[in-house]
Amino acid sequence: MSALIRYISKPHPVSGVTNAKLGIWCFLASELMLFGGLFSAYIVLRGSASEWPHGSAVLNVPLATLNTLILISSSVTMVMSWASLALKNLKKFRFHLSMTILLSLAFLVIKGFEYHSKFEHHHFPSTDNFFGMYFTLTGLHAIHILGGVIVNAYLLFPGSKLYETEPEQFLGRIEAAGLYWHFVDLVWIFLFPVLYLL
Amino acid sequence: MSEHSQEEISKHVRTYISVFAALAALTIITVAISYLHLSTGLAIAVALFVATIKGSLVVAYFMHLISEAKIIRYILILTAIFFLVLLLLPAIGHF
Repeated sequence: MSALIRYISKPHPVSGVTNAKLGIWCFLASELMLFGGLFSAYIVLRGSASEWPHGSAVLNVPLATLNTLILISSSVTMVMSWASLALKNLKKFRFHLSMTILLSLAFLVIKGFEYHSKFEHHHFPSTDNFFGMYFTLTGLHAIHILGGVIVNAYLLFPGSKLYETEPEQFLGRIEAAGLYWHFVDLVWIFLFPVLYLL
Repeated sequence: MSEHSQEEISKHVRTYISVFAALAALTIITVAISYLHLSTGLAIAVALFVATIKGSLVVAYFMHLISEAKIIRYILILTAIFFLVLLLLPAIGHF
C-alpha cells in the first residue's frame, strides 16, 4: 500500500518537502481556520455583550496555569522524542514520547476536574455566552488533545514497528505528529489568556 | 529538516531547553500581569502580545519554521491572510 503514496520518506523534487509534511501543514492550516472561526465568534459575542465576566472571576486561573505549564512541557518532550529518534536513540525516543502521553493525560485529568467543578456550580454551556464559548473552545481543544494521545500511543507501540523497515518514514511520522502536537499547544497558548485572564 | 548531522541536533536540543524556559517564564509573567488589573484595552493588548511571543517561539523552534522549506512558509502566509480576514471581517461588520 505504501508504494502508492510516493515521497513519504524523501523530499518531493518539486515541493522540497516530503508529501507527509506538506499534508500535515495543509491540515494545520485548515485547523487554524476552524479555531479562527471560533475566535471570531468570541470577538463578536464579547463585543456585543452588555456584561462579560472577567475570566479569573469564574474560572480557576491557578489550575489553568498549571495546565499551561504541563502542555508546554509536553511540547518539549515531543520535540525531544523526535530529536532522540533522529539521533537513533530509540530508548530516549520511547521515554520522551511516553512522557508526552503522560503529560497529555495529566492535562485532560485536570481539565476534567475543572469541568466537574463548573458543573457543580451549575455552569453549563447553556448558562450564558461566556460559558458557551468556554466549553466550545476548551472542549474542541480537549478533543484535539485526545486525538494527539491516540496517535502518539499508536506511534509509541504498534506504529513503531515501521522503524525497523522504514526508519526515515517513521521519523517523518513522528515529526508530523509533533507538528500537530505543537499546534495544539499553540492553540492553548492563545486560549489561556483569552478565556482565563481577560 | 530530514537531513541532520548529530551535532546539529545536539545544538537543537539545547535550544529546546532555552525555549521551554522562556515559555514557562512568559506564562508566569502573563498570569502575574493579569493580577495588576489593568484597563481592559491595555490588558488585552499586553496578554495578546505575550501570547504572540510565546506562539512565535513554538512555531519557530518546536515546529522548525525558521529552517523550513519555502513552500511551507508560502502556505502559512496565505493561511495567515485568510485567518486575519476571518477574524476581522465579522468584527468590522459588527462595530
